[in-house]
Amino acid sequence: MLITCPYCGPRDVIEFTYQGDGNRERPQPASQDLDAWNAYVYNRLNPAGDHNEIWQHSGGCRAHLRVVRNTLTHEISSVAFARGDHKSVARHKTEGKS
Amino acid sequence: MSPRRTDSGGLIDRLRTIRFTFDGAPYTGHAGDTLASALLANGVTLFGRSFKYHRPRGVLTSGVEEPNALVTVLRDEVREPNIAATMVEIYDGLTAVSQNRFPSLAWDVSAANQFGGRLLSAGFYYKTFMGPAIGPLKSTRFWMFCEHFIRRAAGLGRAGTAADTARYERMNAFCGVLVVGSGPAGLMAARAAADQGARVILSELEPRFGGSANWSGETIDGMPGADWAARAAGQLEGYDNVRLLPRTTVWGYYDGNVLAALERVTDHKERPGKGEPRHRYWVIRAKSVVLATGSFERPLVFPGNDRPGVMLAHAAERYTNEYGVLPGHRIALFTNNDSAYRSALALKKAGAAIVAIVDVRPELSSEMRELADEAEAKILSGHAVVATEGGKALSGIKVQRFDMANGALAGDARSIQADCLLMSGGWSPTIHLASQAGAKAEWNAARQAFLPPKPTQMWPTQQWIGAGAFTGSFSTAEAIAEGRAAGLSAAGGTGTPAALPVVEAAPGDPDPAPVFEIRADGKSFVDFQHDVTAEDVRLAHREGFISVEHLKRYTTLGMATDQGKSSNIPGLAIMAEALGKPIPEVGTTRFRPPFSAVSIGSLAAERFGDLRPERLTPMHDWHVANGATMYSAGLWHRPMIYGLSGETIEQAYVREARATRESAGIVDVSTLGKIAVQGPDAAEFLDRVYTNMFSTLAVGKARYGLMLREDGLAFDDGTTWRLGEQDFLMTTTTANAGKVMQHLEYFLDVIWPELKVHVTSVTDEWAGAAIGGPKARAILAACVTGTAVDNAALPFMGIVHGKISGVPVMICRLSFSGEMAFEVYSGAGYGTHVWEALIEAGKPFGLVTYGLEALGTMRIEKGHVTGAEIDGRTTARDLHLDWMLSKKKPFIGSAMMDREGLIAPGRLELVGLISLDNQPLNGGAHIVEALDEANPHDSIGHITACCYSPALGRYIALALVKDGKARRGTRAHISDPLRNRFGPVEIVSNQFFDPDGSRMHG
Repeated sequence: MLITCPYCGPRDVIEFTYQGDGNRERPQPASQDLDAWNAYVYNRLNPAGDHNEIWQHSGGCRAHLRVVRNTLTHEISSVAFARGDHKSVARHKTEGKS
Repeated sequence: MSPRRTDSGGLIDRLRTIRFTFDGAPYTGHAGDTLASALLANGVTLFGRSFKYHRPRGVLTSGVEEPNALVTVLRDEVREPNIAATMVEIYDGLTAVSQNRFPSLAWDVSAANQFGGRLLSAGFYYKTFMGPAIGPLKSTRFWMFCEHFIRRAAGLGRAGTAADTARYERMNAFCGVLVVGSGPAGLMAARAAADQGARVILSELEPRFGGSANWSGETIDGMPGADWAARAAGQLEGYDNVRLLPRTTVWGYYDGNVLAALERVTDHKERPGKGEPRHRYWVIRAKSVVLATGSFERPLVFPGNDRPGVMLAHAAERYTNEYGVLPGHRIALFTNNDSAYRSALALKKAGAAIVAIVDVRPELSSEMRELADEAEAKILSGHAVVATEGGKALSGIKVQRFDMANGALAGDARSIQADCLLMSGGWSPTIHLASQAGAKAEWNAARQAFLPPKPTQMWPTQQWIGAGAFTGSFSTAEAIAEGRAAGLSAAGGTGTPAALPVVEAAPGDPDPAPVFEIRADGKSFVDFQHDVTAEDVRLAHREGFISVEHLKRYTTLGMATDQGKSSNIPGLAIMAEALGKPIPEVGTTRFRPPFSAVSIGSLAAERFGDLRPERLTPMHDWHVANGATMYSAGLWHRPMIYGLSGETIEQAYVREARATRESAGIVDVSTLGKIAVQGPDAAEFLDRVYTNMFSTLAVGKARYGLMLREDGLAFDDGTTWRLGEQDFLMTTTTANAGKVMQHLEYFLDVIWPELKVHVTSVTDEWAGAAIGGPKARAILAACVTGTAVDNAALPFMGIVHGKISGVPVMICRLSFSGEMAFEVYSGAGYGTHVWEALIEAGKPFGLVTYGLEALGTMRIEKGHVTGAEIDGRTTARDLHLDWMLSKKKPFIGSAMMDREGLIAPGRLELVGLISLDNQPLNGGAHIVEALDEANPHDSIGHITACCYSPALGRYIALALVKDGKARRGTRAHISDPLRNRFGPVEIVSNQFFDPDGSRMHG
């Protein structure tokens, strides 16, 4: 699998570290809403299709990337800096709470 | 002259004689022989004993799919078991032995197993040993008793115990077109792609390029196929854009056209060349892939089809044409298709007598009758072989009339004398790589085979193109045309109508008769390597296993090291018949990597042996020169002890720890993770990642900090030093340095991009030495210039800057050992210089160097936690670190750490243990309330770290024990049945020594 890092260009997946589901919404640090925390820490989508993911180019520039990867075909349709404007990337609503 | 070697022909080098041994007996062969061909040439028919029944077995095939002729190759002290003799190239001094026989191959006591056949049928182990205990002979306990004997009797080669000293390496390669397989299709594809200017890699698992062209006896482009293949390969060698990889098996097809391959670089050499690896693990990233992997001939299933002397038809043809070896002198053939007729003719031409061609089909084409006439072979159409005769070699076969429509046998069996029986049950394309890539195979009723589908847009990341027998096109002319087309297309070129090489080949219909099994009395083997018979498959069906996946697991069909390359389709066909369903409805199992056995060494590659990267501290050479015994902690090498001559490890660390507490000791702590956390928001950031406050920390002071994970469990601990208003130096545990760095980066990059903070790993920039003990301060006073080190200038957790021997150093007064202690940091390049100056200054004070064992001992005495206790399951409370959980601010993990389950009673809590029988305790041992050595149960916890404590004069340990805090002052037992260590312990506080910290505060 190749991921095209916006800094470094197309690189093999071996250079990257998966850093989790990109759909997670972290509650405000002081939030005491345990359901929201629980959803953030544990609830994951398991889509058969496009999935919004965070990858770190740990063997390269170390930037975190927001990657949309098709879980059926491993096709990557978009890569953007996670730091940047999140809304430029296709996102999936997290549905329901536990 | 070898008894079975032909007078001429073959691709072996008859002028070069090679000497080798098999089971201790000396043999000779020629350069170009495999172990199988050389032994056959010497008249050897018996190669091994079968897995379950210990039946004598010969060689069935001539290639990678061999299920029978498995041997162990010995090289120096290293033994490699379960290697197919068909894949071993002989070299001078090769030493191979047969397997699964006792006391010898020819006389095997367990061969009696074959007469107890019904006892050992499918599911024998499950039925006999699993399930409820009814009577004494049926239970898992009985299994445990029998297991030793059964494992000894059943099985393959024995693994060795000597360390593998060979070198392995990994290679990354990129190409436009990877061509897998170098038969006529692969050679054509590589050439066509190369002519388009593509970067081409051509891999071939055999030593010689050419595939079937080397032995089919066909003429290509006016010359013998082998000559044509050699010319084609030679021409490819001249291309700058082509890389040829012989002896290279592509074994895995992964996402995005990443393919894994194993190159056997030196297995065929007497001695590897200097620096040559034994195996090379290739990771090939290909823009497109041409699969020209050919096909496997299938055996027929009939009684006695496993007897030595029974062989696949094409294998015999190959031994004859490629190796100049006749597998027999009086040869019979048994077939359901036309391809065996060409084999018969090849053997006839090489000098064998063809005594009969037994064909299940009642009607034969005139071309086949002509081929049989030319081979002077008698045709028995509408017949089948129903038995074979002989012992360690074949003496004859029995044939009967056979009705293909209903499988019925009729008439009297008649015997035919033969010393070799060749069988052909049709051909299965080698679709393994396509299947790995996600393609679902499609049953082709005409070919009676699963064919790869055309790649579709469903799998845009897997872009392979098939050619030749792989696609079910079994003729060489088709292979040549498809190969060229595939190569052109893979390289993105368009076809230029050039003339294709002309092939002169024997005629033949590629479609076999749909006959897989002849049902007659006796054991008919489907899976030769795992001793699975047709009856086992039917038994599985009768017992209710209808899914092909269940069939496979119940009978172990296709689960041996050959992964059912020859047995899958016949097994499936028999299952389908039992179910009364057509084969495609029964389905086939998906192939998974690896295609064939892969050495573990090649996967470890540079992570093992002399290519392994290592991290050395700046003082590494000093440690080694001064008697340190080093050991590996991850990639780091760290001193374990600085032993004196005659000392045991325990004596050494006890001496080091005792001396540190009595005078002073120094230890290299350069491996601690060090991260510079800098920027206007650095203090705020640390408040968020640590459970305790750092924004209140004064410049020039350090603080011990604890981090949690998002889920509220403990993550890492360490001290962080405030060097400036916006400048912190964070230290982490050695093991977690990388993880903590990634954790910080994640939060800064993804969660809080608004924080103005930079984190930089500076682990390798600083050398660190921790010096502790009652004399530590005096030693520093003797060598540090530019700053005072007394209590006023350097209070507990204070930081000063000064010089040692002219080198700038940063000194922080903090303690892991529990003594008055200091960490001295200098630039890494000056590490040894500063270290030596400290050692010199310490001489009058009795300073000792100590290693990780003494470090661990002193931390256990103090009850400090490390990775063994912060194990991803413990909370701050479990470790009695709840005093560090700030209530004034949120931090990572603060919301989740008080969840019900994390504060419930019954959690494992950190305690100390004292051995009451004065015997050592073991890491990992369980703690129980009541000892029951015979039936250990009801663990209440386990030991995480243990040592002999010189400070207490006892064997002590840290442990995680259920409700541990409440158990302090009570007794329990350790229960360690693996090491047979049981004994009483007292549960105490984890702070064994100087709990109020008077020593470190001074």
